[in-house]
Amino acid sequence: MDKALRPGRWLTYAILFGFALFTLLPLIVIVLNSFRTAVEIGRSSLIGWPAGLAWRNWSEAWGHFCIAQRCEGIRPYMENSFMMVVPATILSTALGAIAGYSISLWRFRGDTIVFAIVVMGVFLPEQMKLIPWALVLRELDLTNTIGALVLIHTVQGFSFTTLFCRNYYIGIPQDLMKAARVDGAGYFRTFWRIVLPLSPPILIVTVIWQFTGIWNEFLFGVTFTTGGQQPVTAALIAIATTPATDVVEYGIESAAVLLAAIPTLLVYFFGGRYFLRGLTAGAVK
Amino acid sequence: MAALRVKGLHKQFGNTEVLKGIDLTVRNGEFAVLLGPSGCGKSTLLNLIAGLEAPNSGTIEIAERVVNAVPAKDRDIAMVFQSYALYPSMTVRRNITFGMECRGVPKPQQLEAVARVAALLQIDGLLERKPSQLSGGQRQRVAMGRALVRDPKLFLFDEPLSNLDAQLRVDMRTEIKQLHGRIRSTIVYVTHDQIEAMTMASRIAVMNTGEIQQFAEPDTVYNKPANLFVARFLGTPPMNTLKARLVRDGDGLAATIGTVKLPLPAQSDAARAFVDRDVFLGLRPECITDSGRPGALFEAEVLTIEPTGAETIVLASVAGERLRARVSPDVRLAPGQRTTFLADTRTACLFDPATEKLIA
Repeated sequence: MDKALRPGRWLTYAILFGFALFTLLPLIVIVLNSFRTAVEIGRSSLIGWPAGLAWRNWSEAWGHFCIAQRCEGIRPYMENSFMMVVPATILSTALGAIAGYSISLWRFRGDTIVFAIVVMGVFLPEQMKLIPWALVLRELDLTNTIGALVLIHTVQGFSFTTLFCRNYYIGIPQDLMKAARVDGAGYFRTFWRIVLPLSPPILIVTVIWQFTGIWNEFLFGVTFTTGGQQPVTAALIAIATTPATDVVEYGIESAAVLLAAIPTLLVYFFGGRYFLRGLTAGAVK
Repeated sequence: MAALRVKGLHKQFGNTEVLKGIDLTVRNGEFAVLLGPSGCGKSTLLNLIAGLEAPNSGTIEIAERVVNAVPAKDRDIAMVFQSYALYPSMTVRRNITFGMECRGVPKPQQLEAVARVAALLQIDGLLERKPSQLSGGQRQRVAMGRALVRDPKLFLFDEPLSNLDAQLRVDMRTEIKQLHGRIRSTIVYVTHDQIEAMTMASRIAVMNTGEIQQFAEPDTVYNKPANLFVARFLGTPPMNTLKARLVRDGDGLAATIGTVKLPLPAQSDAARAFVDRDVFLGLRPECITDSGRPGALFEAEVLTIEPTGAETIVLASVAGERLRARVSPDVRLAPGQRTTFLADTRTACLFDPATEKLIA
């Protein structure tokens, strides 16, 4: 039986390996290029094994490479992204948790309609919201600020976080809410003392989702900020479109891209572990 | 004094009328059981009393105070839920003190109350555990502790034993009954388990389709069911209700089923009015047996036999009417066989076929 299965299994692994390689190919090329000098790439091609380890690419990309006439590397833009992603993730998750809690556990007149309207936000294309946001930001005098991006991502993220949290909280038994009411716990005490302690699994999912989504977001960043206010995703494009010298610094660009991807990867690696742990430990009876 | 008085209570969910005018008075210290099949409205009634739902009309008084407009937390009630509803993230101690914390009871008093309840329920050793580290029976105890710590005017139990396995349920049943004997508080207890109702209740309110069918002592509900529903709901197996004709028999009355004639004990005038009319004759299975009781003999055909060990339940047919009898386990019967049974009619009930009510 086992022997009969073996060829089929090998074939499965071979196909899966092939697909995995295909998916990872761009990443592999970028990683390899981040260790090759511009001269080396210029002599051969974009695809090739590095002759040595050109660590200079990484330090240049981080702190010295010139982007849009500023020669400070991507560090300031990474900082911008952090200034944007941290508050926006916290705010959108907190609002989503409260909204999801209200919709799923407090049930009020018209709650399903409110939920439907909030969730509609998930399906609206970003491009459609550009002009409305431009008007709002002008009214609020927030144009070309990181605060504007925080506001946008908090509001935009609210639909997703509410959906996530509502669907998680709906699994909390109604009896628990009744017990809290008989005990005399109000809206916020019930949330704080009973619902929130049950929430880590969903909050971690939401934070991973929001952090990744907001960090990687490009359209709003490039539309509503310029120059030194841009998040790192917009800055990466600026690197590619404004070569500082005659030689295209593919090595430095590759290193910059990889640096910009590190935060989301870290969040995923650490958060993912917490997520799995939370799923088994926080089980609601 | 009435601990609970419910008057003309109506509750609708959408177009469904769940409660159709409930009147119920529970005396101080009474153990009242709301008993009925699923969907009869018993849990809804409990939720209304607790203040977790609002009635469409009618009033609810707890300790002589109308509480319709009073929120659940201020009704001076405590509730035990079927799912226990323990707060998963809190320790047992926290679970028990949470209500006091919400009401702003000072810390020393909280500790004292926890100690008292923990000793009463023997959960001292569990206080620092989380609910997930407890067995079903222990969770049940903690849920009771959370209610007991409050010392309320009224305890509300919503099927608290139905999540326990059979053996534990029997133990907890005894324990709750003893607990009630000791603390003498008023309890309203919802269940669909008639054994729980019969063993624990001071009075049972049998409910069906949003109405109370009968509210009386277990003994009365069992022996003098107010109507056919109650007769057929209580008892395992339930009361036999046989289509019969009431006839004169010398000085007294008798019920005839086909050619079988069963003399009845002295009957009321109300029953006499039914002479020469059809009635339902209610006979408990234990009143139809093989020997050991006074009564009239009759012959019936055995359909199936169900030996239970202590006794054998026989399903038999007489003149097209099916009945269940309880016979001694050493009587060997076979399906298809005709045999003689003994009908003890001393506790027989008569029901009006038109109204389905007991003819008293």
